[in-house]
Amino acid sequence: MDSVRSDRNGGSRIPVALKILIAGGFGVGKTTMVGSVSEIRPLQTEEILTGAEGADDVSGVEGKTTTTVTMDFGRITITEDLQLYLFGTPGQDRFWFLWDELSQGALGAVVLADTRRLADCFPSIDYFEQRGTPFVVAVNCFDAEPRFGPDAVARALDLDPGVPVVLFDARDQVAARNVLIELVEYVARRQYAGASA
Amino acid sequence: MDQDAGPVVRPYAMTQGRVAPSGGDFDLVAFVVATVPDLAPGVQLQPEHHAIVAAAWEPISVVELASQLDLSIGVVRVLLGDLRSAGLISLYEPPAATQPHDVDVLKAVVNGLRAL
Repeated sequence: MDSVRSDRNGGSRIPVALKILIAGGFGVGKTTMVGSVSEIRPLQTEEILTGAEGADDVSGVEGKTTTTVTMDFGRITITEDLQLYLFGTPGQDRFWFLWDELSQGALGAVVLADTRRLADCFPSIDYFEQRGTPFVVAVNCFDAEPRFGPDAVARALDLDPGVPVVLFDARDQVAARNVLIELVEYVARRQYAGASA
Repeated sequence: MDQDAGPVVRPYAMTQGRVAPSGGDFDLVAFVVATVPDLAPGVQLQPEHHAIVAAAWEPISVVELASQLDLSIGVVRVLLGDLRSAGLISLYEPPAATQPHDVDVLKAVVNGLRAL
């Protein structure tokens, strides 16, 4: 837009971007969810293998010094000055270093769960609990599957009181959007409680 | 999966093997603004530098640049370091991570999401 361009050097405002992580086990619907609520694009984040992490067994490929990780990246424009970035975090443990950067200053996280393989989301929950990153658990309800109520899931995951658990369908835009709203409202509640404590 | 084989061109080839930006790192959600509309021809920079400057005429975040130009985050950071050293971009860091999120911002996010 021409008006924006001419404004620019007069001091156009720098937007604020907030990060939300979409985590969970492999195949649980992270990509689907990011795609439901935002324009999804791939993001390359290849990193240097230092050999210090001990996570990768590089025997036989010692010459390989970088590893390519492709993440899902989605953007939701809230206002001209406010953008919401969604990152579908890579599931494998060896990419924790990426999580550290992504969760730095993040608004919060959505941990996707599949009740058929609930244990897949344990590492994500542990991670966010340890870092103090607020998160909600969203159970992706696949078709024709026995459903468990949110309370049962919260008990099975041994969640701290107050951590929201919602059932949803990751393919449904409104449902996926509501999960994000649940997260932001939870962050606001936590902050309010923290301020008045 | 094809991606498992890695990129055809080694990503850090275009940074001459440099893996860290000069003058400090760039946050994923830092915003970058070009200080000039385009680079004068003859400046010793690569096409990717030019692409960044062109894309950053209006404020754009580091992660958005990487996605838009289909370059990896690490490579974009090195190239941004070059541009910063040359005074061709300004960098705006996000608010400190320890700061609580502004309640008005959270409200705006909820309202914005509801309007989707």
